[in-house]
Amino acid sequence: MNQYETVFILTPVLSEEQMKEAVKKYEDFLTSNGAEMVHRENWGMRKMAYPIQKKSSGFYQVLEYKSEGNLISRLEVDFKRDERILRFLTVKLDKHAIAYSEKRRKKIKEAKKEEKEAKSSSN
Amino acid sequence: MAQQKNSDIKYLTPIAVDTKKKKYCRFKKSRIKYIDYKDPNFLLKFVNEQGKILPRRLTGTSTKYQKKVAKAVKRARHLALMPYVADLLK
Repeated sequence: MNQYETVFILTPVLSEEQMKEAVKKYEDFLTSNGAEMVHRENWGMRKMAYPIQKKSSGFYQVLEYKSEGNLISRLEVDFKRDERILRFLTVKLDKHAIAYSEKRRKKIKEAKKEEKEAKSSSN
Repeated sequence: MAQQKNSDIKYLTPIAVDTKKKKYCRFKKSRIKYIDYKDPNFLLKFVNEQGKILPRRLTGTSTKYQKKVAKAVKRARHLALMPYVADLLK
C-alpha cells in the first residue's frame, strides 16, 4: 500500500454541481477499489500560467490516498477518457513527502481553527 | 610603459572585486527534505525571469537537491502552476 497524490484540473465551463460530481466520481472509484482516502483539497478556480485547450483558468483538485500500485493505471485511463479533465498528475509519495504533507495538513487545520475563532470572537 | 599608465588610473572608490561569498546549499542548511511542487511561490526563487531553472553555480545548491528542485519545477509546469516560458516573471 503506497501513498499517492493526484492533482487534476477540471474545465472552468462546468457548473458547481458538475464539478462536485466529477470529484466525487473519482473519489468513489478509488474508495470502491480498496484505496483509502487520506486527504482532499481543492484550490477552486485558479488562473493557469498558460492556456490549456484554449482555457486560461481551471478548477484544481488534490486527492491524497493510500492504494495498491496497479489501481493507478486504471485511474489514469479514466482520467484520459473523461473530457472534463484538462490535466492530471499522479505522484508516489516517499517518506519525506509523507512527513511534509502531514505537517502541511496540520498547518491548514490550525489556520482553519484560527479563522473560526476569529469569526466567532468577531461576531 | 603599460604599468606606468595603470598606476595613473585612480579610482574614486575601490572597484568591488566580488569577494568570494561562500555559496551554501540552502536545503542542507535549513534541513528542507522535500520540495513541494504544489506551491509555486517557493519555486519561483529557483527560476529566472524567463522561467528557466537557475543553474547550480549561481544558486550553490547540492546535486541531490538541485535534481529535486528541477523535478518539482517540471511538475509545476506540467500542472500550469508555473509557465514554461515567461517574460518578467518576478
